Amino acid sequence: MVVLTLLAATTVGIVRVRNLFAVAILTGVYSFLMASVMLVLDAVDVAMTEATVGAGVATVLMLGTLSLTKTEENRPIHSVALPLFVAALTGAVLIWGMSGLPDFGIAETPVHLDGPDYVDRSLKEIGIPNVVTSVLASYRGFDTLGEVVVIFTGGIAVLMLLKRPAARKEDE
Amino acid sequence: MGVIDELVANYNRWIIVFLMVAGLYIVIARGNMVKKVVGLSLFQTSVYLLFLAPAKILGGTPPILHPDFTVYAQPLPHALILTAIVVGVATVALGLALVVRINEAYGTIEEDEIFAKDDDD
Repeated sequence: MVVLTLLAATTVGIVRVRNLFAVAILTGVYSFLMASVMLVLDAVDVAMTEATVGAGVATVLMLGTLSLTKTEENRPIHSVALPLFVAALTGAVLIWGMSGLPDFGIAETPVHLDGPDYVDRSLKEIGIPNVVTSVLASYRGFDTLGEVVVIFTGGIAVLMLLKRPAARKEDE
Repeated sequence: MGVIDELVANYNRWIIVFLMVAGLYIVIARGNMVKKVVGLSLFQTSVYLLFLAPAKILGGTPPILHPDFTVYAQPLPHALILTAIVVGVATVALGLALVVRINEAYGTIEEDEIFAKDDDD
């Protein structure tokens, strides 16, 4: 609960700070806090991924972008009333929608009762103790294949976007 | 259950809503492109939490099988969110690359200045 509050505080910082270097570092802090929350939620594999990918790679990408662009954000010139209204409306709808969800942490929820029984099947069908790995690599292997395709596409797109100016300079 | 108990028991839900709304607000209200990408990833991480919170059982352990434990968290959301995190970083990388390109083409990453330059042409 303390970590969740810290997470919210960091978010307020990200919204308010206008120096983009500070924003990049705050995003790193945010990702580590998020990883801690995931650890508390028993999602150890996800926490590890978030700590490496979210706090590590994303921060490096952001700092790289900042070194190529500007680090100061302009003061907002438009009124913030409309965005605030839209955001508040969305929040209200979300709270209304989430009020139908079961309470946190109890075992008698559809996720646990009617969800797939990977925990029971994994050891005799796949033979490894880490169930998340067996779901990722075997039961939902096509999802992971799709993920790899997305990353590949993303990588190619980034390369294409960033390579063009160099080629243009050669032409001149 | 009193109002306070209700608030404390489902505290993660309030934080999820706050993070999601904060991300949405940044995307709409801020004109800076880098800030917009950050807002998008904030929105995304709130969805991770929304998926992971129901998988947890109080008193349970992570889904790594061991004879000493019987209560495990549901592993399916974990696997889904693992995929989502990696895809999310690919999206952020693409967004930031676009920001770099926009900066090369317009010399600015502020939305208003870009619109002003477009109007001049």
